[in-house]
Amino acid sequence: MARAVSTRRKIAMTTLAWIVGLVIFFPIFWTILTSFKTEAQAINNPPLFWGFDFTLENYAVVQERSDYMRYLWNSVIIAGGSTILGVLVAVPAAWSMAFVPSRRTKDILLWMLSTKMLPAVGVLYPISLIFVEFNLLDTRGGLILVLMLINLPIIVWMLYTYFREIPVDILEAARMDGAGLREEILYVLTPMAIPGIASTVLLNVILAWNEAFWTLNLTAATAAPLTAFIASYSSPEGLFYAKLSAASTMAIAPILILGWFSQKQLVRGLTFGAVK
Amino acid sequence: MGRITLDKVAKSFGDVEVIPPLDLTIEDGEFVVFVGPSGCGKSTLLRLIAGLEDVSSGEIRIDGEDATSVPPAKRGLAMVFQSYALYPHMSVRKNIAFPLRMAKLDAAEQSRRVEAAADVLNLTEYLDRRPGQLSGGQRQRVAIGRAIVREPAAFLFDEPLSNLDAALRVGMRLEISELHKRLETTMIYVTHDQVEAMTMADKIVVLRAGNIEQVGSPLELYREPRNLFVAGFIGSPKMNLIGGEIAEKHGAPTIGIRPEHVTVSNEAGEWHGTVGVSEHLGSDTFFHVTCDGIEEPVTVRVGGEVDLHYGDKVWLSPDPDHLHRFDKAGLRIA
Repeated sequence: MARAVSTRRKIAMTTLAWIVGLVIFFPIFWTILTSFKTEAQAINNPPLFWGFDFTLENYAVVQERSDYMRYLWNSVIIAGGSTILGVLVAVPAAWSMAFVPSRRTKDILLWMLSTKMLPAVGVLYPISLIFVEFNLLDTRGGLILVLMLINLPIIVWMLYTYFREIPVDILEAARMDGAGLREEILYVLTPMAIPGIASTVLLNVILAWNEAFWTLNLTAATAAPLTAFIASYSSPEGLFYAKLSAASTMAIAPILILGWFSQKQLVRGLTFGAVK
Repeated sequence: MGRITLDKVAKSFGDVEVIPPLDLTIEDGEFVVFVGPSGCGKSTLLRLIAGLEDVSSGEIRIDGEDATSVPPAKRGLAMVFQSYALYPHMSVRKNIAFPLRMAKLDAAEQSRRVEAAADVLNLTEYLDRRPGQLSGGQRQRVAIGRAIVREPAAFLFDEPLSNLDAALRVGMRLEISELHKRLETTMIYVTHDQVEAMTMADKIVVLRAGNIEQVGSPLELYREPRNLFVAGFIGSPKMNLIGGEIAEKHGAPTIGIRPEHVTVSNEAGEWHGTVGVSEHLGSDTFFHVTCDGIEEPVTVRVGGEVDLHYGDKVWLSPDPDHLHRFDKAGLRIA
């Protein structure tokens, strides 16, 4: 829709957007700032924006006390693994829902989404029991499985919306050209849906990366990802704000950088295929 | 080889019967056109033959073999879609080679066949472009290229020209006819345009509401339409269909006369009327004459230019040798 927007309106909207952006960004900014302060300055009242002693000591201590790389590696494997597994399951599921829907397809989709409305703690007990029974506690494999299942509805939904934009004629043409179901999905549907799959993957990596409930409850040491790494610094004893901030900064840095370089896909992913 | 036989083939979607049981045989090498108004089931029939839809009952045989439950990929048929349905992420070369790749042909043979098809269809210089960079006509040629490379038993065309502009459509029509003459492969072509049907077909199948109204060569259908529907559908401009007393005089509830079989005179004739709108095509002129006792204006074709104007009074006479008579049920009276 072409509509002339007055300059004043433009300025007002830009200012508002900047304010909202800054408000949202402020906690992250504050965390990063605090991570470079000493513990005493970190809890100084009034808070210090400048004039503090810039120090990297917190990072050194954090690295010394716990092995950052091990947590990072666990996060990468769990977030990446659960997303890849999820996409492998969701592509055929979304294919069937988008291209050979039944009368119940919409209901199934909504039902799947409704599982996201369930408080996670509601199923903590049964899942813990299953984990104990199958020796999955504190294993990366167990977490990959749980996070995959938790995010699966969103992956299916997103892929379903993208697939629906693909003309069915093209898939039928592939069938006429001698492609079986596997070839049709592999050579025609997937390459055409790459932008959609990319946003889905990105969003799910972020969701899995930030997932704290299951990672904290089902891991101890071996499989603990960065969320557990941060949590280990939120100790009620002693002054650890600066170290907690350093740990947080280290934990969010990778995903922040990933998000920065893939903003376009992310926006598309977050709008759920509504914007064409 | 591509002889296709439909034996009591029927299709329903839920409770709605789209195609009641029908029989049809398409001979090897024939150019068959399914024609009918929109919603007549012609595309569904084509998709049943393709295997993109499952039949509800009946049997489809390709070269004598039962293909009813064979998936589309294994029927050995190639299809050209109205929307072209090219793979947007592949170059023209890869699009055309796709069926060969699926058939696991070796790379040398693939590129040989792609080059040959591109040469036939004048696509050689576009082989490395993506479909998005081509015009409508070129895209349609790529779609045809993709169909011909695998040397199918039969080609299925689903309204392939309806997305093209009029001039291009005439050109592509000739190209497809030319292709048929050269390949001598069975072609089944679906269109709602009776001009396409008349100009291209060896055999026309006229469909209405899933029923076959008539099967025959274009001229058979033109000269001896089996019923009122075919009479009105085949031919442009349409046959004049006249009922009432005037028809009774010729011994039928309804009579039909084609525009070229009516003569115009200033002095005498059978029907008296007033000239209405006229259409000048240069080679022919069509006059729409409102006659006394006839509801619809009668269309008359006159060769070249004639000095008649809006409002002129004229006499029309139908050629009795070319008069079509239909009974109460709309069927042709022999």
